[in-house]
Amino acid sequence: MRIELQKRPAVSPLFSMLSPLLALALTLIFGAIMFALLGKDPVAAMHAFFIEPLLETWSLHELAIKAAPLILMGVGLAVCYRSNNWNIGAEGQFTIGAITGSYTPIVFYDWHSPLVLPLMLVMGALGGALFGAIPALLKAHFNTNEILTSLMLVYIAQLFLDWLIRGAWRDPKGFNFPVSRDFAPEAILPAIWEESGRAHWAFVFALIAAVLCWFMMRYTLKGFEITVLGQSERAGRFAGFSSKRMVWFGFLFSGALAGLAGICEVSGSINHLQPAISPGYGFTAIIVAFLGRLNPLGIVASGLVLGLTYLGGEAAQLSIGVSDKVTRVFQGLLLFFVLSCDTLIYYKVRVTWARLRGGAA
Amino acid sequence: MKKFAFALAASAAAVIGFSSAAAAADKTKVCYVYVGSHTDGGYSQAHDLGRQQVQKEFADKVETSYLENVPEGPDAERAIERLARSGCSLIFSTSFGFMDATVKVAAKFPKVKFEHGTGYKTGPNLGTYNSRFYEGRYILGQIAAKTSKNHGAAYIASFPIPEVVMGINSFEQGARSIDPSFKLKVIWVNTWFDPGKEADAAKAMVDQGVDVITQHTDTTAPMQVAEARGIHAFGQASDMIAAGPHAQLTAIVDTWGNYYSKRVKALLDGTWKAEQTWDGLKEGVLTMAAYTNMPDDVKKMAEETEAKIKSGELHPFTGPINKQDGTPWLKAGEKADDATLLGMNFYVEGVDDKLPK
Amino acid sequence: MNIWEAILLTVITASTPLVIAALGELVTERSGVLNLGVEGMMIIGAVAAFVGAQLSGSPYVGILCGIAGGAVSSQLFAFLTLTLVANQVATGLALTLLGLGVSGMIGEGYVSVPGVRLPEIAIPVLSDVPVIGAVLFRQDLIFYLSIVLLLGVNWFLFRSRAGLKLRAIGDSHTSAHALGIHVIRTRYLAVMFGGACAGLAGAQLSLVYTPQWVENMSAGRGWITLALVVFASWRPWRVFAGGYLFGAVTILQLHAQALGLGIPSQYLSMLPYAATIVVLIIISHNRRTTMINTPASLGKAFVPER
Repeated sequence: MRIELQKRPAVSPLFSMLSPLLALALTLIFGAIMFALLGKDPVAAMHAFFIEPLLETWSLHELAIKAAPLILMGVGLAVCYRSNNWNIGAEGQFTIGAITGSYTPIVFYDWHSPLVLPLMLVMGALGGALFGAIPALLKAHFNTNEILTSLMLVYIAQLFLDWLIRGAWRDPKGFNFPVSRDFAPEAILPAIWEESGRAHWAFVFALIAAVLCWFMMRYTLKGFEITVLGQSERAGRFAGFSSKRMVWFGFLFSGALAGLAGICEVSGSINHLQPAISPGYGFTAIIVAFLGRLNPLGIVASGLVLGLTYLGGEAAQLSIGVSDKVTRVFQGLLLFFVLSCDTLIYYKVRVTWARLRGGAA
Repeated sequence: MKKFAFALAASAAAVIGFSSAAAAADKTKVCYVYVGSHTDGGYSQAHDLGRQQVQKEFADKVETSYLENVPEGPDAERAIERLARSGCSLIFSTSFGFMDATVKVAAKFPKVKFEHGTGYKTGPNLGTYNSRFYEGRYILGQIAAKTSKNHGAAYIASFPIPEVVMGINSFEQGARSIDPSFKLKVIWVNTWFDPGKEADAAKAMVDQGVDVITQHTDTTAPMQVAEARGIHAFGQASDMIAAGPHAQLTAIVDTWGNYYSKRVKALLDGTWKAEQTWDGLKEGVLTMAAYTNMPDDVKKMAEETEAKIKSGELHPFTGPINKQDGTPWLKAGEKADDATLLGMNFYVEGVDDKLPK
Repeated sequence: MNIWEAILLTVITASTPLVIAALGELVTERSGVLNLGVEGMMIIGAVAAFVGAQLSGSPYVGILCGIAGGAVSSQLFAFLTLTLVANQVATGLALTLLGLGVSGMIGEGYVSVPGVRLPEIAIPVLSDVPVIGAVLFRQDLIFYLSIVLLLGVNWFLFRSRAGLKLRAIGDSHTSAHALGIHVIRTRYLAVMFGGACAGLAGAQLSLVYTPQWVENMSAGRGWITLALVVFASWRPWRVFAGGYLFGAVTILQLHAQALGLGIPSQYLSMLPYAATIVVLIIISHNRRTTMINTPASLGKAFVPER
């Protein structure tokens, strides 16, 4: 068997729409096969995984909580990736954003003012952006591979948080346990609709960020600059755009959103700082960005889908007794299928059965 | 593909025994939240063994279920809330990091009963439970002092929280009761569960000439290093004799089963009350694994100490004890109170390390 | 055995998996393919090796299973990126995610089962040489393989015809294609070699380093491997040196802690990562030397014109 690709003269609008859906369908089919192999009823398993979490109000709130940081970070990363800069250290920027954002409520804990919360959010975004500036600086001025530096910085950020919480920022009344002071009520991101569940404003921020980014990419010169430079540095240079400046923009922008996600998570969901604040949101956000086809509005949808895999993994654990590792497998499969199906957008795929010269695979 | 299917089937076999939620609804539901996997061979598995004991003992009245690998933070709150909503009457959240999440959910579901392991926040429907691990570590210290040829041991430590510091101090107290010149080296690996790091730390210690190692981390990696390098070590959380048949002297084994069945029985009898329980060797929430690879006189001494701790005759922290810098902490005959132990943030004399602050 | 010999032995064990996986990735990248899925292939290799050794009772069967596991999973990546020209960065990440999930599922029943340790093989005569004999010639098979791989990869890339072709593809796939070299086929093989090496490195983790299976036991080593390749500017001997440097930093920070220097342990734990960044900066600062060695078509998709 042989697979041949033929570049389409233009991007196929039909497959742009269909490809994520096709990927989702393939993931579901493979998932069902996997459950069957595990000796579970595939229909019940899929129901527990993808439907059950959507049936209750409280659970929808949880979905919003889970999706918010994924969307916020995914949108930032999408812009960064579109410009052909590979920030895979959003997890670290998330962590640093959580730290800088928490500076006010932890260090000035007896300052009570309605200004506390806005200040926290701004400082969180700034912190994330500054941490994102490190790989940007290294790439722009020292030509250092940003994939590796941004990733190494994740470990450094996490260890720094650990040191802080076990040392200077430890709750003096906390029996030396590694948690910071609890945030005062003014420092807590309020719930959107408290009567029905926990979801807080981070989800709204995520939606706003997505819409603004969509607008930027589509209607502004900046968006054009990002796209042009991302597709070809040379073409960008002819248009008078600086790829160096774009490195900075991509990293500062995605870093700021990751930092904002970090402080929102800490302020809205955890209410204090602790050594473990993220179950790998920064890495999952990369999948979210790609699943959303690097389109800010698509990312809203993909963030919700990925959020659902977390909730579903838990529900399936309880109701049908499958291992929690299924979640990771699902996420990996989904990304694989999305990437494969995207081929259909740019290429015509022809499968021929005859063996030709120079055959691959 | 066949091989893959086989492996999948093998892992499916591992989750059999899980009681389905579809089972009879009139049974009382008791639920558990684990920070690790229920087969981690350490901390979470010890709790799961306790759960299995409950399941066996009350098979016709109780149904148990669990959520595993629950990250500490907002996910914990959701996981616990899911259990509370799914009809659990009693929920054990087994890790310190679940404390605030448990407090929040407990306030939201006043009819459901909660117990949080190793924490300190309580409520009308929220109790805490913990184990006096330090009692076992005192015995380990004594054995180490008798076994080591160069008057010292190494302690592979996870994080400098009071629980761990207390354990280090208790170990040193035990050792000094035999050998006043005993020096304890501490190496911090900043993880509970990373075989590579734990093994590296153990090797580094052995390379420096240490001949007894003890660990407050959860994998068997340090024990394997001890076995390979021909030195001695102590098991942690579960009996690690399989990993170190010639190396393990004994192990502190978490045996939560008795506690869990006691609490479930109280629940069924309607006598459950939110309590703060801190049990030890006497109540059987921790037990010592067989004393192996040591001469009979050392074994006899260890057994005697164990009996004395159980009877209450011996408290590992009985004065006179000085702090690390030589300033007095406890006067002769004075015993440390629980509050001090639970918030311990200083070393006793003889610990060869600077406590990370 | 004195303390320095002992430390050297420990460093060798810590460095071997890094060296092996990095040599594999080096060959992959020299062909112009950037596979970020090393972590995923390594963990698949680790679980396959462990399960294989358990079921057969032989660590050598385990090694073969580890290699096979890494190689097979790499072909998934190859199919997506080479045949379907999917984005290499994203596909590599997907492979890592999938590897972590699948390995966890396969290994679920094997956690905390005592493992089979790969025995040491003393090389006659040489192993009796004082000092180096005990350190270098009383090692396990995988260590010896790492040396063979180093010499082999070095010879292949710079002394063999096939290696020349591979480098030509990495430097410019369009011109290589024009010269009649099978770009896609060669890249498939290069990716498979990288996967096999990552799998072997994983086998070292679950059979030698810590003979047991634990989820996520590769603990970020795959990522460090990627840094090593850049660090070494795509040269085998430098990969080897870099691997040992990294292994030494990892081990020596533990000794530094034991000496009681009073530096917070978190900062010492940061050291290997910080060191990698610093070295990356130094290496890439000199734009000219990096440019010479960097495969020019690295990470770029190739679709043959028809």
